[in-house]
Amino acid sequence: MVDTALIGWSRAQFALTACYHWLFVPLTLGLSVIMAVMETLYVVRKDEFWKRTARFWQKIFGINFAVGIATGIILEFEFGTNWSNYSWFVGDIFGAPLAIEGIFAFFMEATFVAVMFFGWDKVSRKFHLAATWLTGIGASISALWILVANGWMQHPVGMEFNPDTVRHEMSDFWAVVTNPVAVSKFFHSVLSGWMTGAVVVIGISCWYLLKKRDTEFARASIRVAAIVGIIGTFAVMFSGDSSAVHVAKYQPMKLAAAEGLEDGGQRAPFSIVPGIEIPGMLSLLATHDPDGYVPGINDLLEGYTAPDGTEVLSADDKMERGALALAAFKAYRENKDTDPEAAAEARKVLEENAGYFGYGYIEDKEDLVPAVGMVYWPFRIMVGLGCLLLLLMAAVLWAEYKGKIEKIRWLHIAAIVSIPLVYIAGQCGWIVAEVGRQPWAIQDLLPVNAAVSSLGAGAVMTTFFIFVAVFTLFLAIELRILVKAIRKGPEKQI
Amino acid sequence: MGFARRLASVWRFYIDGFRNMTWGRPLWFLIILKLVILFAVLRVFFFEPVLAGKSDEQKSDHVGTQLVDRAEGQAGMNFKEIW
Repeated sequence: MVDTALIGWSRAQFALTACYHWLFVPLTLGLSVIMAVMETLYVVRKDEFWKRTARFWQKIFGINFAVGIATGIILEFEFGTNWSNYSWFVGDIFGAPLAIEGIFAFFMEATFVAVMFFGWDKVSRKFHLAATWLTGIGASISALWILVANGWMQHPVGMEFNPDTVRHEMSDFWAVVTNPVAVSKFFHSVLSGWMTGAVVVIGISCWYLLKKRDTEFARASIRVAAIVGIIGTFAVMFSGDSSAVHVAKYQPMKLAAAEGLEDGGQRAPFSIVPGIEIPGMLSLLATHDPDGYVPGINDLLEGYTAPDGTEVLSADDKMERGALALAAFKAYRENKDTDPEAAAEARKVLEENAGYFGYGYIEDKEDLVPAVGMVYWPFRIMVGLGCLLLLLMAAVLWAEYKGKIEKIRWLHIAAIVSIPLVYIAGQCGWIVAEVGRQPWAIQDLLPVNAAVSSLGAGAVMTTFFIFVAVFTLFLAIELRILVKAIRKGPEKQI
Repeated sequence: MGFARRLASVWRFYIDGFRNMTWGRPLWFLIILKLVILFAVLRVFFFEPVLAGKSDEQKSDHVGTQLVDRAEGQAGMNFKEIW
């Protein structure tokens, strides 16, 4: 039996690394667009002011990029060490997108980041501008492949399980890449990065306004960042809507947990906070129909008949089929070299029940319900902060166009305070996505208790605390360098 | 411009870029320090892949056995009864 402490520490370590990684990625994605827009203004208007502005934000981008670089590699170490069963079981489905990401990230970043930082006055203005845009596009493409891999874990498609190799083999690359969960996750994550970049730029710029220095630079930065941020926020809302539809379709337990919905039905209400609900709103969000049927936690555990007549199996039935799949898998392995007929029969049963493979590891159907509070509240924090930040960006933009931005002190303070808030919103988004899919490492196919390696819980706990120490140190160094660069401010003349 | 010249100019571009760095120097120090910690310490002493050194067949066998044993051990499943 797998030690529950091992599962807990392995999950905690992965969560810590992923959360740390996600501190740097969204700012890279967002700042790359903002600084590229600023440099475009420089090239189009031939105004040195925009060059200085773009160069300052490129410096902030560089610091964030340098500290964030390679933090994702630790996740890959953890796959091999802590999650070796999972890593082998997913086969080339996971390996291919990550390999493409590695190659893409390396070439795009080594080439265009270098041109962006070293190329001022050495290459033509247009070539430099192209390098800046391509740096941002490269970062987004990098994110695409990571999110394709993540999307597959949430909604596995385009593969077949090979019991001989005990691996999933890709049967349709296009299906993996165009997985609807991956597509909406890509837009949602990348565009939330635009929000992060915008809020950080606005917050830092407001600090300059509060200090009554570099005001022209700060106001120009606010104009660009607020426009990028507002566009990003509306796009995040649209992609979030599409994510909700996909979650309702492919991970209904996650949706039920995120809403704390015990018993579902038609005209399902959306819970704003416990006790305050909007009737029919959840149905509208999840199915785009206010009368749409949304199953609750109990429906999913007990099984239900959807309004269109579709019979959805109960958790017990799925667990039975999962056990049958695992028994067939064992029988196949035992007979494949000695009794081809028995092996063929076992393989047939395995293929018929392969979609429920992971349910064979579930002891108690209640284990299929993620920690409701850990999904419900982060979702509300994410949405609430998103709305608040949209209001802030609109207020800042309005004040700037009215020429009042320099005088509204409370707005400066609110913008500075918003910097940690945008990070909290981003982290909450990932908590909803990842805690909400528990107990699954791969939805329906492999729960975390089967995915984890046989290691000592103490060893994983030790590396967890080593990571806490190392990550805290690097974060402190980054913040120190960032603060120093911000205090110094933009170059006065180039 | 010949290929060798092009290559040389790209090389010079990078060398000049690194040589003329100002605020980038501590960042490069940080990147190198981080890579050393990652690959020379964490990877070597703490994160040896469990399946490292095994052939593909051995890996399949190892994971296959783990998957079956976990089910039997965790869920108290009796495969003989099921099959």
